[in-house]
Amino acid sequence: MNLLILYSVLILGAVAAGAAMILFVVAKKFKVDEDPRIDEVLDLLPGANCGGCGYAGCRALAEALVKAADAGDISALFCPPGGSETMSAVGKFLGVEAAELAPTVAVVRCGGTREKAPAKLKYDGPVKCALSHSLFTGENNCPYRCLGLGDCVKACNFGAIHINEETSLPEVVEEKCTACGACVKACPRNIIQLRPKGRKGRRVWVNCMNKEKGAVAGKNCKAACIGCGKCVKECPEKVRAFTLKDNLAYIDPDKCIACGKCILVCPTGAITATFTPPKPKPKPQSKPKPQSQEVPQ
Amino acid sequence: MKLRTFKKGGVHPPENKLSANVPIRELGLPDQVSIHMAHHLGAPAVPIVEKGDKVKVGTLIARKGQAFISANIHSSVSGTVLKIDDVTGGSGYRSKAVIIKVEGDEWEESIDRSKELVEEIKLTPGEILKKIEEMGIVGLGGATFPSHIKYMVSDQRPADTLVINGVECEPYLTSDYRSMLERPDEILVGIQVMMRAGKVNRAMMGIEANKPDAIELLQTKVQKYPGVEVVPLKVKYPQGAEKQLIKALLNREVPSGKLPLDVGVIVNNVGTTLAIYEAVQKNKPLIERVVTMTGKKLKKTGNFLVRVGTPTTMLLEALGEEIPEGTAKIIRGGPMMGKALNSIDIPITKGTSGIILMDKSEVPRREPQTCIRCAKCISVCPMGLEPYLLEKLAKIDDFEGCEAEAVADCIECGSCSYTCPAALPLLDYIRYGKTNVMRLQRERRQK
Repeated sequence: MNLLILYSVLILGAVAAGAAMILFVVAKKFKVDEDPRIDEVLDLLPGANCGGCGYAGCRALAEALVKAADAGDISALFCPPGGSETMSAVGKFLGVEAAELAPTVAVVRCGGTREKAPAKLKYDGPVKCALSHSLFTGENNCPYRCLGLGDCVKACNFGAIHINEETSLPEVVEEKCTACGACVKACPRNIIQLRPKGRKGRRVWVNCMNKEKGAVAGKNCKAACIGCGKCVKECPEKVRAFTLKDNLAYIDPDKCIACGKCILVCPTGAITATFTPPKPKPKPQSKPKPQSQEVPQ
Repeated sequence: MKLRTFKKGGVHPPENKLSANVPIRELGLPDQVSIHMAHHLGAPAVPIVEKGDKVKVGTLIARKGQAFISANIHSSVSGTVLKIDDVTGGSGYRSKAVIIKVEGDEWEESIDRSKELVEEIKLTPGEILKKIEEMGIVGLGGATFPSHIKYMVSDQRPADTLVINGVECEPYLTSDYRSMLERPDEILVGIQVMMRAGKVNRAMMGIEANKPDAIELLQTKVQKYPGVEVVPLKVKYPQGAEKQLIKALLNREVPSGKLPLDVGVIVNNVGTTLAIYEAVQKNKPLIERVVTMTGKKLKKTGNFLVRVGTPTTMLLEALGEEIPEGTAKIIRGGPMMGKALNSIDIPITKGTSGIILMDKSEVPRREPQTCIRCAKCISVCPMGLEPYLLEKLAKIDDFEGCEAEAVADCIECGSCSYTCPAALPLLDYIRYGKTNVMRLQRERRQK
């Protein structure tokens, strides 16, 4: 009986010793020398793995950051969800200057609500914007309008975008949006844009992407930019934030001072802001729309 | 006698050939035509006229693009060019078109407008090919593939058989059927012209057995022409697809990714045959085509000879009808493969074989259910694909997967969607996958 125990111990001991030897050799021979900084940089990153930086995930960005820091410059890399804060922390840790970008947020540039752009057709095909886009212009016939089938909603990892049933347009929740850009890529009509959040969240944008002639665009949607150019003239001399190209106005967010003057002159209310613009001068003829985020009565 | 047909898959939708007994009528001239520059498959044509130019019927207004696949476009009316502008097409997207205000009906002098049959073929094969290209002939079955490319036979790629497609397997459409009944002699001379162009001695004309009078008529007439055979075929959709027709008539299979010419066959539609006859023997460019205007709720239906660029609404006016109440979809082409139009206010193109007003009882989309793996879609797919799998792959944007499952071989006949008991939008997703795979392949080629 004692012999049985002895043999068992001996055999198992020998197996254990052999395995330990193999593990030791393998661990020595195939040891991966990893920069310990990668793990530490990874801890500084938000860990959302959203891909907004252009890398497969946070770890891939951390590796790229360490590699770039060794080369002396990490200004080409940026973590949109983390923003400048995270980047400066990473820069401080790695001892290099980090890029500083103004925090951005996704903006849906379409104001064709159900009311402004009434549906003329009914689409009953598969619920996928990219597919619907390849079939036809959309229910209200505007080739630039949001199709409202929610490809951006599906693409968002943070639940920051949803379709407003009342308007049938997507809405971005600013607090949740990390500006990773997944929705921008998902939109087949390229109407979602990342724009700087602006000072105190004040930002102004043209809420339309229609490049058709004014008469054509206006036929399908009452909130379309018709390229009249009034906003361009209204923009203060020193600012000049507007460019008018292909019947469509564009506001350069870097130049815009968010004075809100353009909002008041826009005849279709296509210019939208996150704040209430200053009161219009009393003009009996024209009825400028104060803002288009709240539906006027 | 057992009728020939293709073996793999296929369905038999209700035929609904409502306008089969209505003779072809000339529609007459509209006030204005809009002729799109992208009428055909391939690169759009480039306009060579300018605003204010006077044109006659048959004047070349746009030359084929630089690309290999493209076709010339001629004016279908006489008058003045109003402008060259973006005009709404069937999908609602706007593309370049030449808009002509109609003044009188003056034809180019070179066109022989007599009704006389010209039997003697004077041109050599090379000259015929040039003529087809010059006259802007495209396949009138619906795909609008430029015809001259089909005849580019060489010693390395010879053709031995010409197949004439008189199948018209799509429900509702009757334009080819009426053409066969009303203009059989011209079609047969057209076949002679095409046989010479393709340097073949044998021609086979496939007609489905639901058109017995057309088969009988052509079988009697054809005896004059050696080498031409009229073959009745079993009624089955999609027999009018060229690959299925070749299989049915000759029992040859076109390999994946290849063209009929790779198995020595040239396929042309009956309508195209007529167009080629007119181009070669009468010097007449492709400026008009037969269009079926039909719908179950219409009191009258019709087959019209329509000038290209005519507004579609004119067809309804000619019937003295309005869009019936309860019309849910207006479809251009056949009900199986055609596309729903954004608006009826669009111009007729070279590829418009029919306009169908579908009642809402005919076109409901049922709520899609879960795939139950019944494999009905696989058994009806004439190309031997697995539609349920392709749909799943396309849904998650796995285009490499779609490519590996041969999505590019899909002929978009819609048999899978027609059969699916779970009402899955199979063809919608497959088409989506196919377009993206084609785009990927194009990008890869450019690299």
